Amino acid sequence: MLPQRLIESLVGLFLLFAIFSLTVLAFQVSGLTSLFPDQTYTVTASFDDIGGLKVRAPVKIGGVQIGEVAQIGLDPVTFKAVVKMHIRNQYNDIPDDSSAGIFTSGLLGDNYIAITPMYNTTYLKNGSKIEMTHPAMVLEKLIGQFMYKIGNNGNNSSDNGEKNEKK
Amino acid sequence: MMDRVAVLGQWGIDTLRQFGKAGILFYRVLFYPPNFKKSCPLVIQQVYSEGVLSLLIIVVSSLFIGMVLALQGYHTLSKFGASQELGPLVALSVVRELGPVVTAILFAGRAGSAVTAEIGLMKATEQLSSMEMMAVDPLRRVISPRFWGGFISMPLLTLIFNATAIYGAYLVGVKWLGVDAGIFWSNMQSSVEFHADIVNGVLKSVVFGVAVTWIAVFQGYFSIPTSAGIASATTRSVVYASLAVLGLDFVLTAMMIGEW
Amino acid sequence: MSENLVEISHMSFQHENGKVVFEDVDIVIPRGKITAIMGPSGTGKTTLLRLIGGQLYPTSGDVKVEGRYIHQLSRKALYQLRKRMGMLFQEGGLFTHLNVFENVAFPLREHTQLSESMIHSLVLMKLQMVGLRGAWRLMPNELSGGMARRVALARAIALDPELIMYDEPFTGQDPISMGVLVKLVRTLNESLGLTSIIVSHDVQETLQIADYVYVIVNKKVIGHGSPEVILRDPSSQLQQFVQGLPDGPVPFDYPAKPLVQDFLQGGTT
Repeated sequence: MLPQRLIESLVGLFLLFAIFSLTVLAFQVSGLTSLFPDQTYTVTASFDDIGGLKVRAPVKIGGVQIGEVAQIGLDPVTFKAVVKMHIRNQYNDIPDDSSAGIFTSGLLGDNYIAITPMYNTTYLKNGSKIEMTHPAMVLEKLIGQFMYKIGNNGNNSSDNGEKNEKK
Repeated sequence: MMDRVAVLGQWGIDTLRQFGKAGILFYRVLFYPPNFKKSCPLVIQQVYSEGVLSLLIIVVSSLFIGMVLALQGYHTLSKFGASQELGPLVALSVVRELGPVVTAILFAGRAGSAVTAEIGLMKATEQLSSMEMMAVDPLRRVISPRFWGGFISMPLLTLIFNATAIYGAYLVGVKWLGVDAGIFWSNMQSSVEFHADIVNGVLKSVVFGVAVTWIAVFQGYFSIPTSAGIASATTRSVVYASLAVLGLDFVLTAMMIGEW
Repeated sequence: MSENLVEISHMSFQHENGKVVFEDVDIVIPRGKITAIMGPSGTGKTTLLRLIGGQLYPTSGDVKVEGRYIHQLSRKALYQLRKRMGMLFQEGGLFTHLNVFENVAFPLREHTQLSESMIHSLVLMKLQMVGLRGAWRLMPNELSGGMARRVALARAIALDPELIMYDEPFTGQDPISMGVLVKLVRTLNESLGLTSIIVSHDVQETLQIADYVYVIVNKKVIGHGSPEVILRDPSSQLQQFVQGLPDGPVPFDYPAKPLVQDFLQGGTT
């Protein structure tokens, strides 16, 4: 049996090792920047189509994350998607005529909201609403548009051909 | 035919009584609090013999598990051109599942079996009876410190497991297989969330710690005091504890995923 | 102070699995004397000690220690009572992770607030009484069986109890250790004014030192009295036990079919 003091020191070391691991896990692995949840203010925006946007998706300006999506709902009157975002308090000088769009990170990545700042001198604050929004680009609609365009071009050229022949 | 039903019924009643005994033991261990001055050294002693002495197997296993994860992960991910996701793959697998579960199973095998055997042996050599006759409650002196020792050691061991496994993955992924260190860590950081992943993982390990130590202590305390009895109690303790860990893991994961 | 330390009246005890150990047993343990409880192995003599110590409760009947009913005592009161009892288990029951000194010091550390130096002196005194003062450093696994029992005895008397119970103290001992133990039991009883209960099936040694004897066979007390009375009692059960006769009321043959039947039929049916 080891002497009591040695045992206590070893247990203390064990504890330190574990706390050190916790610190490593917190900061190196999960990128925790502060232990306390950021202070944020809430901003709303309505979109025609949010595509694959999920709660906790990032909200970015110029690629830098300034907040996240908190809630997604449906307006029962206008049938538009209503998205609530939490924006960190430190970014409190976003002009209130800025526009919000839904983009995809990478080719096949998750959707996020990008805010493009405009020029007003009044800023977004808690409860503000972003008026200008761009919906997400849905793949099916894109393909549909593309095919419609091709179809049109084809028709135009065949019409021209017919007219020529009739003459 | 009726005989078979009777046997089944008897087995059912016996199992119920086992659970009852386990519950009463648990209650008495938890709620008859020992006075701190006397029991702190006992608990520390147990944290040493259950936690510190398990460090070797935990660290070695976690290193190897991390390294293998990185190796296999890289091999498969690179087929999809997604080798930069190695960091998140390893970190999430370890922190969410492998860390708590593997640590718990290794702990059950090493410390759980030791606790069961120790308590069973003390019962067989009448040390527990002597204590009782000397007006010292063996539950407070022997059982309770071992329970708290396991309860404290498990989350600590899990944290250490997580960190060393990810380090092992780093060694293989970055140093050997050539994944860029910056991408490795930054992708990992953006996929792993402290509260959802790491804290939940530690929560799991706390639950597992309670389950494994409770089973180990119970099996030891109620073992048949012969050498065959202790042997079977020890194996039972490891098997039941491992199964309990896996079952609880599923339940907890379902609950945690449901939240988000 | 009542004359009898322990009074057991009309006591019956049955194990959980249904095995009946005692049926309507009456035993009285007088203060200050050595009382022996004897009987063949397996008759539950250890169980009797457990009943007196409150580790088990009788199925019916009473066990009274110092005038108080054991099964009515609260946990706390029971523990208080146990501090005044010492028990020597068959295997010694020493704590394997503590050395001899720490083993004997254990009850002192747990139940008293004595200073270290006082504990030191007390432990050495108790060890001196059993003749093992020089062995205080040894670990239990370094002790012979006889020495382990003596250490356990020192531990049992550490708190100066009033009652001491010996569970098969002479079983499996060589003649010298036996002699040592017999001497110790007698001396301790006299010098410390103890009441001793010895549970044993060693007829010779036990009858040497006992003041009063109870013989339990087959769940009942079949005889009690001073050693001379027991030796002269004509009951065949008693005589078989006392003289160690292989066949008698406790038969030699385990119950079986008649011999001819077994051999002719060749076993299975």
